[in-house]
Amino acid sequence: MSVCFRPERLEEAIELLADPATGAIPIAGCTDLLVQWHSRRERPNAVLDLLGIEALRGIEERDGALEIGACTSFRTIGESERVLRHAPALAEIAGTIGAWQIQNRATIGGNIANASPAGDSLPVLLALGAELVLAGPAGERTVAYEAFHTGYRQTALEPGELIARVRIPLAGEHAFGAVHKVGTRCAQAISKVIVALGCDRPGGRLTGVRIGAGSVAPTPVRLRETEALLEGQIPDADLAERAGACAAGEVQPIDDVRSTARYRRWVLGRLVRRMVLDAAGRRVP
Amino acid sequence: MSPSAIPFRLNGQPQRYDGAPLARLLDVLREHYGLTGTKEGCGEGECGACTVLLDGEPVCSCLVPMLQVADRHVETVEGLTADARGAALVEAFVEAGGVQCGACTPGIVVSARALLERNPRPNRGQIREAIGGNLCRCTGYERILAAVQQAAAQRCAERADAAQEDSSR
Ligand SMILES: Cc1cc2nc3c(=O)[nH]c(=O)nc-3n(C[C@H](O)[C@H](O)[C@H](O)COP(=O)(O)OP(=O)(O)OC[C@H]3O[C@@H](n4cnc5c(N)ncnc54)[C@H](O)[C@@H]3O)c2cc1C
Ligand code: FES
Ligand code: FES
Repeated sequence: MSVCFRPERLEEAIELLADPATGAIPIAGCTDLLVQWHSRRERPNAVLDLLGIEALRGIEERDGALEIGACTSFRTIGESERVLRHAPALAEIAGTIGAWQIQNRATIGGNIANASPAGDSLPVLLALGAELVLAGPAGERTVAYEAFHTGYRQTALEPGELIARVRIPLAGEHAFGAVHKVGTRCAQAISKVIVALGCDRPGGRLTGVRIGAGSVAPTPVRLRETEALLEGQIPDADLAERAGACAAGEVQPIDDVRSTARYRRWVLGRLVRRMVLDAAGRRVP
Repeated sequence: MSPSAIPFRLNGQPQRYDGAPLARLLDVLREHYGLTGTKEGCGEGECGACTVLLDGEPVCSCLVPMLQVADRHVETVEGLTADARGAALVEAFVEAGGVQCGACTPGIVVSARALLERNPRPNRGQIREAIGGNLCRCTGYERILAAVQQAAAQRCAERADAAQEDSSR
């Protein structure tokens, strides 16, 4: 029978995780893990349940950032006033991660650590310029979100480290964000393409443009060429058209069970175009 | 934690479970507690046939390991249809024709119950959202939506009656 640890303090969890004798793997909402365990008809020898750790839950404003504990569920994130104010695109995507039954259990830390190229919160965190606070035996360290996904299902997590929380800069007066996801159906469909835009719009001009895209590469990616094209510009229909074409050209998606490369590239272009039009339409005077 | 016993509440009753801590809640409900109203469809979170409430919120019992129900309240379709509100909800499904083969019905009743506790007067869109995680291969959903709407209307009517009685006292 599997050995289970249910620590209440983060320090305790780190100690257990760092001890090779326990060999425990961390578990949160289990919406990815239990699907895998069940299909392989196996269970790990030892697990470390993170859900009982107070320090990994909750949504706060601290040091100019919105801090979201790794074990916060997407249900809580989607309904949080703070997230709606400072990261509306994250709240919006939280409401599309599976149906209610999944959102009640799935955590943002699990979504990030699972590191699927189709993970929906990942491109949004890229677009929002997020950071991750990782906790390990040597204490805490902060990594820029864009440095976290190092390869297909590879992350910057060192052995013995956990994701403690996500930090998202508080939205300024001119902040603009948008996200679009295309799947097979509305409820619980894995994304064929997902793309998010984050920027400021002082006087209607786009600055600090960041675009994150998912399901179009082995990891979530920034669309740097499209960002450069938009930077400093005032969005209009022509710019939207050019940005869409640029985005479609700068990714190399693959054919897989969910979709084809050609479809993904085309949809990505259309979604980017639409987001730039959104940015033009809701322009601050 | 010692792998000895996991304390939790099941349909209001305190229980101690002392089997495998990573067993699925779904299997334990069906095989250990004999609560076979909770169904297994897909076993991977997609179909919602296994929906139960965990501390009042709908979850897929096929994706909950037993150790994570420790100190929490699990409510199954059996518990949620034992009271008058639950019975009325089931009755509405029967009357509106929201049941055909019935495989999806317990899960949908649980999701609908959770919705009505939160929002006694849901509109069509809100009902669709609440049962978005429940697949039905038979009804085409229209009659399920009608059943939930009917149950909601009935509840509101009863509440209005009760309020009138109160004020006329
Ligand atoms: C029906 C269904 C629909 C789904 N729909 C979507 C969807 O639309 N979009 C989407 O993106 N995903 C979707 N998912 C996938 C899944 O729900 C998410 O990836 C979820 O966020 C995983 O979180 P969890 O807490 O359940 O993770 P778990 O399954 O508990 O863990 C996942 C992995 O993360 C690790 N881990 C968890 N927390 C931490 C931490 N704090 N630090 C380090 N490692 C950690 C675990 O060791 C494990 O390797 C769906 C899943 C199902 C079953
Ligand atoms: S059996 Fe659990 S969701 Fe299908
Ligand atoms: S009634 Fe048969 S699946 Fe819904």
